[in-house]
Parts: sequence; C-alpha cells; structure tokens
Amino acid sequence: MSEERSQVAGSAGDEKLTPELVAFVEEWKPQPGNVIMVLHQVQEHFGYIPRSVAFEVAERLDVPVAKVYGVITFYHFFRMVRPGRHSIAVCMGTACYLKGGQDLINELEMLLGCSNGSVTDDGEFGIEAVRCIGCCGLAPVLTVDGEVFGNLTADDLPGILAQYRGK
Amino acid sequence: MTKLEINGIAVEVPEGTTILKAAELVGVKVPRLCYHEDCEPWGACGICVVKVEGSPKMVRACATPCGDGMQVTTHDTELYDVRRTVLQLILSRHPNECLSCARSGNCELQTLSEEFGIREFDFPKRLSELPIDRSTPSIEVNPVKCISCGRCAAVCQQMQGVWALEFLGRGDEMRIAPAADVQLNDSPCIKCGQCSAHCPVGAIYEKSDSKQVHVALADEEKYCVVQIAPAVRVAIGEAFGYESGEILTGKLYAALRRLGFKAVFDTNFSADLTIMEEGNEFLQRMKGDGPLPLITSCCPAWTDYMEKFASDFVPNFSTAKSPQQMMGAVAKTYYAESIGVKPENIFMVSIMPCTAKKYELTRTEDMYSTGYKDVDVVLTTRELSRMIKSAGVDFRNLPEEEADSILGTYAGAGTLFGVTGGVMEAALRTAVTLMTGKKLPKVEFEDVRGLEGVKEAALDVDGQEVRIAVAHTMSNIEQVLDKVRAAREKGEETPYHFIEVMACRGGCIGGGGQPHGATDEVRSMRIAGIYKDDEKSVVRCSHENPEIQRIYKDFLGEPLSEKAHQYLHTHYKSRPVYKLKD
Ligand code: SF4
Ligand code: SF4
Ligand code: FES
Repeated sequence: MSEERSQVAGSAGDEKLTPELVAFVEEWKPQPGNVIMVLHQVQEHFGYIPRSVAFEVAERLDVPVAKVYGVITFYHFFRMVRPGRHSIAVCMGTACYLKGGQDLINELEMLLGCSNGSVTDDGEFGIEAVRCIGCCGLAPVLTVDGEVFGNLTADDLPGILAQYRGK
Repeated sequence: MTKLEINGIAVEVPEGTTILKAAELVGVKVPRLCYHEDCEPWGACGICVVKVEGSPKMVRACATPCGDGMQVTTHDTELYDVRRTVLQLILSRHPNECLSCARSGNCELQTLSEEFGIREFDFPKRLSELPIDRSTPSIEVNPVKCISCGRCAAVCQQMQGVWALEFLGRGDEMRIAPAADVQLNDSPCIKCGQCSAHCPVGAIYEKSDSKQVHVALADEEKYCVVQIAPAVRVAIGEAFGYESGEILTGKLYAALRRLGFKAVFDTNFSADLTIMEEGNEFLQRMKGDGPLPLITSCCPAWTDYMEKFASDFVPNFSTAKSPQQMMGAVAKTYYAESIGVKPENIFMVSIMPCTAKKYELTRTEDMYSTGYKDVDVVLTTRELSRMIKSAGVDFRNLPEEEADSILGTYAGAGTLFGVTGGVMEAALRTAVTLMTGKKLPKVEFEDVRGLEGVKEAALDVDGQEVRIAVAHTMSNIEQVLDKVRAAREKGEETPYHFIEVMACRGGCIGGGGQPHGATDEVRSMRIAGIYKDDEKSVVRCSHENPEIQRIYKDFLGEPLSEKAHQYLHTHYKSRPVYKLKD
C-alpha cells in the first residue's frame, strides 16, 4: 500500500506529530494494535486527536484513514475536538437528569453560545454531558476541571463561570 | 473432509466449510442478512443462529465452521422465536418506507419480514436522524435505512480495497460513513457502486436520473438517441423473469424505441472503436513509442482509483476514451452531420451496468469534446428496467429489432468488453493481426477468461513475446502494479506489456448498477451469455466491423489521427484521496 492512501487536498489542520511521537509510531508500527496505542499517545500529547494528526498517523502506519477513524470513534475515550481550557461536565445520570440536568445544559449553551459537546469560540470553555459521576445526593451536579458543584439551579451558573473565565 | 448431520441429514464437506454453506448443500436455507458470499463472514446480525448438539449457546451459522460429528438443528420453534426477535429488533431501527424505497420488491429485509409474517412491531421505532449523503453523482447513502449489517464496508474494504466506508461510532450511534466527516464525494470512493449492489436494504442505491430522460423524451426540440453497454443485454432479463445470461439485445433495442428514442446505438460499436485506438496505441508503444505496460482505461471506477491511489501509472494509461464517451463524441459529430441535426439538439443517453459511468460524464473537460456534454445522462440497468415497466412495455413479448446505422453494428470483440479479460481479448484480436499482418487462425484467447482475480499469460507473436495481465475486483490490482513497480525500481524489464483492469468482480457484468443478487453463479451465467454473443457474431474482430471501417473512411481518417485525438482521447492526472474543508 502506498502513502498515497492519505493524500489530502485542502487543509487538515496545522498540528503535526512531534519527533517523540514519530519515534513512538515507528516503534509500534510492526506490532498488532498499533493504531490504538499511537492514538492514546497522541491524545495524551494534544488533549485530543487533531484531524491532521489522524491523517499523519494513517500515513506513517500505512493503514487506511478510515481504519484510524473507526478506532477513534469506537472508543468514547478519544476526542476529536480540542478541549476547552476549562471543561464543564454536566452529569446526566438518572438523579441529575430528573432534577434538571438538561436545564443546566440548556442554560450553559445559552450563556456560552456553544452547544453540548463543543467548545466556545475563544476556546475558554467546553461543555459535555457525562454519565453519573457518583454525587447523586447533590443532584443536579456539574464539575468544572474536576471540581464538583452541586444542588444547582440555572441561576448559579453565571457565578461559577466567572470563577474560571480568564484563569 | 468433515462429516456432520444437519437436521438429521448426513453431509460431508471440505474442512472449514461453514454450517450455513453445508446446510445449503442439503437443501436448507438458513436466513442471513449481514453475510454475503463475496466477503468473509463477520457475524454481525445474528439472524442465522442455529443449535449444535452439546453446545450451550446458539451459534452463528455464517461464521461457524462445521466440526466432525456435529449435529446441527437449523430450524425449530425456539430458533424461529429467536430469529423473529432479532428481526423485530432490526425493524425497530428501520423505517416503514417500503413504498418509496429503491429496493422495494427485492429487499432482503422486506423478504424476511414477509417470510416471518410480521404484522405488527414489538418494539418502538428508534430511527437515525442523519441526513442522506447525495454528494456523489453515482450513489446515495441513506443512514436512516441502514441496518448496520456492515456489508457495504466489507465490500468497499475487502473486495474493492478502497476503504471509503467504515463503521464509525458504536452501539446505537454506529453509522456507516467515510472518515474525517467528509462527504462520500470527498472521500476515496471510486463510485463503483458495489456497496449499492450488496446492501441488503435500500440504504445505498444508485442516484436516479430517469426524470431527466423523461423530460428530454417529451421535448420536441430534442433528438434523443441511446446506447446500450455490452453487459446490460445479459443481465436485464433478470428483471423480467429470464435466466441470468439470456442475450436480450434485440428486445432491448425494441424497448428503447418504444420509450421514444429516435435512434438506438450500441456501445459495442464504440467498443470496437476503442479497440482500434487502443490496439494501435499498444502497437506504437511496443515499437518503443511511449511507456509500457499499457493499461486499459475504459472503467471509470478504475481510472478514479488509479488517479487517487496509483498516479505513478498515469503515463501508462491508454489515452483512448471509454466506449461510452467515444459513442457520445461521434454521435454529436459524425452522426449528427449525417442526419443534419445540430449537435446541441442531440440528447445522448447511455444504458450502463455501472454507477461510475454517471461520474465519468463530467470527469474532465475532454468529456465535452463536441462542444457539448458528449453524453447527457447515464441510466443503470436497474433504472432502465423500471422505466420499461412504468412505460407499459411488455418486454417479454417484444419483437427482436436491429440497432441503427451508422453506430450500431458490432463485432464479437466489442461485446467482450462486458467481461473481465474481454478488453484484452478484443485488443489482442486486432493488435496481433496488425503485428503479424496475418489473419488470426483462432480468435479466442482462453487464458484471459474466467473469474480468477488475476490472470496472466505470455503470448508468442511471430517470435515476439507479449506478456499480459488481467485483474478485476479492485483489491486485486495492487499486486499487479507492485510487480511493475518492483521491476521499475530495479531497472528491469517490465513484467507485462499490457494490463487490463476492471473494478467490479467479473467485469462490467458484475457492475454496481446491475440487477441485485449477483453471486459468482449469476456472474458466470452472465459471462457465458457474453461469450455466446461473441460466438454468434459473424464478424469477430473490431477492425473487420464494416461500420468501423466506414467511420475511419468518412470521418476519422486513421486510428490515432489528429481528429481521433480530438474526439476519442483523454488524459489523466493525480487526484487527492481526501478533499478536506476546514
Ligand atoms: S448501508 Fe446497507 S450494507 Fe451498509 S451497513 Fe447499512 S444496511 Fe448494511
Ligand atoms: S461506490 Fe465503491 S468505492 Fe464508493 S463507497 Fe461504494 S463500494 Fe466503496
Ligand atoms: S448472517 Fe450470520 S450473523 Fe448475520
């Protein structure tokens, strides 16, 4: 198979594998399961899998781009968008859901102008709905960068965002 | 050999045979949805479960090899109930839109629902909301109808080696799509349509262009002419209750006239024309003028593949256009002049076994060599059979008619374009004659026939060795190209002088636009039909076709003349595999 398999028109993005990552790819290339190992390493470095890097990984491992995307989308662990500087995770476990988790998401989407699963234009915040985070007693709950906020109403949100904006 | 019993019937099968295949041998059909004999089984749908004595779990017949002494039960009440539940679950993810579906009447899911007597649905519907991908000129992909069986991805990856389609996501969110969030037209897809020919339901289907044809036929200003490709005549009968392989050329001509076409031409004529150009191109290159191997270029899915994945072979490609495009070019010039109709008023329709032919129409500016679109619309075999039925034409009772002069007569060589090895055989008939200056003692070249993925031969032409290779089913081509590349790198002589490639299994007779249900058995019957059509032709070689001789005398001059180049040749370039937008 030739490297032409991942030849691209238009821009896939500017991110590139670092020399360390290239070395990692070369080391793993002959081994089974190499795609997933390399992608783990890529996400560790960038915090997500940039599109240009997914294409570069395919080319260097000599596998079809579709195979790389099959793996990226199969595992919830891999992300394809750059995470916000602050990640907001809104719990959608049963308790939180019943107590208004969706209202929190709706309000956040309004306040931040970006939708669930994406990042604000300035890259400051990313919103994500997640499964139960185990704080059902505090429902509805969200976390910002891992810090838990419970018993929330929509009115609490502007205050919380203010604590993180620009930090 | 492995001995086992299926429903109490003893059977002996070669080692590795699956239970599903063994059951077929004793006349038992195990239901299936994801499995297709063209691909390795992957056991996705679960409808084929059977019981094996002593095994606590039901097993998937499509993916489980027979074992010695196995006692298999394929049908009982419990299995019926399990299959019915599997079916109900699949139906809960599939809309009830049979009335407006491209597969209605021969959908594999519809058939199973019928057989299981489904009258109501046990589970609430949960349908995908993803949009239809209409980006290519050839096929459409409707994720709402997809039952996630995975056949299309298996075909695209294993048979075609293209990897345009892949399963993305998992569980409920799983979908069939190209990587990197591109539309199919910006993906590696070569438009071969094999996914549409294999999808068991109506989730992938040809883009329909019959409306355009109806409009043109009703337009008094337009002079509608039509051509039919070789592979159509031996397959369209399947839509009208004939056996596969039945040659229906005469009835097809008649049907097209009844639809309102003013002249009916045959792509076999322009296949002969292609041979004249390509055969002479081959001779030239054999004499040292131009790179070897010469590679055939009449399959647009293959040219798209080559431009994306093997553009190091651009100089090796025959510049001769495909028969479809040659026909368009001469219909709007030579024929138009002969009947005194302005080329802009000629509306050229092609009936093709192929979805990629729809893409070929606008492939490059060379496809407008007459100053207009050389061929206006392509209809696949499937679309034409619908059009014939909806026009009330009683196909089976049609008389046999002849094609129209001056673009209708064909040699047996032309019809061979419909099968793998056929272009090579047709080209050899003419090229060898030209090389030796002698009439061929025998016109058949058996080495290039049959369903083997790669066929090779070395011919002795008056002491000169001519080495050829024929590949079909797209994934088989890389091994042939790699041999040429290896010789190139080492500075050795080329392993082949001439290579024929067709993207689809069996060649055009197995094309992505042909009637559904192609298996190797069906393909072999269609292939036999093509060879029969060749045998019953009075003239077997393209250069002996009187209408071919006439078009050179009256219009083109010589093969490879300036005029021939203007209308009958094209060029190729490297293209990106993915087109990304920010
Ligand atoms: S599109 Fe058709 S062939 Fe492909 S997974 Fe869906 S149902 Fe199967
Ligand atoms: S048309 Fe051919 S290349 Fe394109 S997705 Fe379907 S099988 Fe793959
Ligand atoms: S046919 Fe066997 S699992 Fe689908």
